Amino acid sequence: MRHQGESTPWQALAAEPEFRALLRSRRRFVVPATVFFIAYYLALPISVGWFPKTMSRPVLGPLTVAYCFALSQFAMAWALLALYLWRARSFDVHAAKIRRRETREVLEQKR
Amino acid sequence: MFAIFVGITLVVTYWASGQSGTSRGFYTAHRRIGGLQNGWAIAGDYVSAASFLGITGLVAFYGFDGFMYSVGWLVAYLAVLLLVAEPLRNIGKYTIADLVSFRLRGRGVRAIAALSTLAITLFYLIAQMVGVNAIVNLLLPRFEGVIAIVVVGVLMLVYVLFGGMLATTWVQIIKAGLLLLTALVLSVLVMKHFNFSMGNFFGAAAAVPVAGGASNLLRPGLLFHGTLGALNLVSLGLALVLGTAGLPHILMRFFTVPSAKAARTSVAWAMVLIGIFYLTTSFMGLGAATIVGKEHIGRRMYAGQAIRYIAHHPERETTLNSQLAHSGYIVPESDSNLAAPLLAEQVGGSLLTAFVAAVAFATILAVVAGLTITASSAFAYDVWFSLVRNGRGDETEHVFVARATALVVGALAIALSIALRGFNVAFLVGLAFAVAASANVPVILLALSWRRFARFGAITGMLAGLISSLALIAVSPVLMGSHAIFPLENPGIVSIPVGLAGAILATLLARDRESEAMFDQLQVRATTGIGAEV
Repeated sequence: MRHQGESTPWQALAAEPEFRALLRSRRRFVVPATVFFIAYYLALPISVGWFPKTMSRPVLGPLTVAYCFALSQFAMAWALLALYLWRARSFDVHAAKIRRRETREVLEQKR
Repeated sequence: MFAIFVGITLVVTYWASGQSGTSRGFYTAHRRIGGLQNGWAIAGDYVSAASFLGITGLVAFYGFDGFMYSVGWLVAYLAVLLLVAEPLRNIGKYTIADLVSFRLRGRGVRAIAALSTLAITLFYLIAQMVGVNAIVNLLLPRFEGVIAIVVVGVLMLVYVLFGGMLATTWVQIIKAGLLLLTALVLSVLVMKHFNFSMGNFFGAAAAVPVAGGASNLLRPGLLFHGTLGALNLVSLGLALVLGTAGLPHILMRFFTVPSAKAARTSVAWAMVLIGIFYLTTSFMGLGAATIVGKEHIGRRMYAGQAIRYIAHHPERETTLNSQLAHSGYIVPESDSNLAAPLLAEQVGGSLLTAFVAAVAFATILAVVAGLTITASSAFAYDVWFSLVRNGRGDETEHVFVARATALVVGALAIALSIALRGFNVAFLVGLAFAVAASANVPVILLALSWRRFARFGAITGMLAGLISSLALIAVSPVLMGSHAIFPLENPGIVSIPVGLAGAILATLLARDRESEAMFDQLQVRATTGIGAEV
């Protein structure tokens, strides 16, 4: 097994276009998703704290805007989870391909 | 009821005891826990008795404002899912310090990461154990609180010492199942009361009279008022949502699964279970408000046997109330923690009440077992094995030190909880989340994503987050009352930026070539799983 310290092979691997593409596609999902869920979540205490009047209005029968917003956070969390699980399948395939090729190359070098 | 739970879990511990003889078995159950099982275990590790009794009570009394607590506990898992679970599994061996010190090698980083882990777990552990005293007083006042703390502490030690991570995992899985079952049964019974009509249910909730008259339980503002209330909420929300991704006892669970993919699957299952549980707090809480009635929850402070006990010993009622208030249970004008047990009594009879009480104890046991094994790994692996012995020393010694640490941590927690049982320790849970969010999370994220990140930055960031959280809590209203220098109960909104700024500024001052050279390796391994521990 390769170990810490021999930096060259890792640097080469990190510079490969295939790896850069995987890294980019992961980032393109994870960064916006994180910004979105933190913003969506903080919108709840902020709106309740600074606009209590609007948030107290009943919209769905007796349910207020605030309560519906709070319930929608559960839906948001589960939807984002489902979306990530779906996207992550292609990350897995991509990562497995790089991993397999790497192991093969290491084996060939040993021979 | 509780005896059955203890019996089953002890059998599991006996069965698990053969497999915890190595450090890998003791800390990670040989990384053979499946994604689904780990998801249940995370839920069991996470949902505390304060959530079950406390939040249900807050919803019963304050409606929407109480329910707002529930939201953050689920949303927090998105940070775990998206940012830490998979890289942690790919890079780490046993502890968070593994991830942080992967490229930031050297003794300082590992020592401080271990220190923050120990601090967080100990704060959390004491808060949970003191809670045992409160729950005993609430549900079984004939029982002495001290005895209950000792019983819970010793049971937890038996699980951890003999069964290691495997037994701890199964205790958490069984507890999560029981808790979810109880919450669902109560919710269904509540809805049955309203002929399974959401309209009837929320209509009745809106009609419950509240102090102030003009408002109702579905409107915000019953618990938090004004700008300070809003700032408090934002600060608490930030600490909760980011802090969960830095809680060592939750992150530790990702080392028990075979791969990063299984780590992801386990967060997914945990999010489904945790989400369902926190949704039911709405039904249990508003159900208690409508079916039992707030004035009854307030007037009848105790459930089950406790009612008969208070009838014979009225003089103990005030002592019991103040003990509850001091143990992390929010006691408003009257106590709301009994909302769930009283609701159970009303809709399901005394058998269901007994079940609820047993589940509350099982809940604490599962959480403290997870905390103790985490503290033990931070000391035995990070401090003893990696720092004192420099990675030398054999397996027998390693596991012996791990068990000895667990014993010391457990004994310390029992002793401190008995000593602190009359004090208000509610702030300790908030403190644990604040330290996790301010000391651990910025450093974990920077280590994973910033090439230039230096050891000096990691050390400064962790210390800045740790010290600022501790200092702000010390001068906040929870410890200084109305003379507080810092106006918010939760320091997150200040201490998280302080931790982050400390890490960034110190990095800009110091160049760390070795850390930069390791960045490529870290990135490749974290993303692809090449060379991950098996």
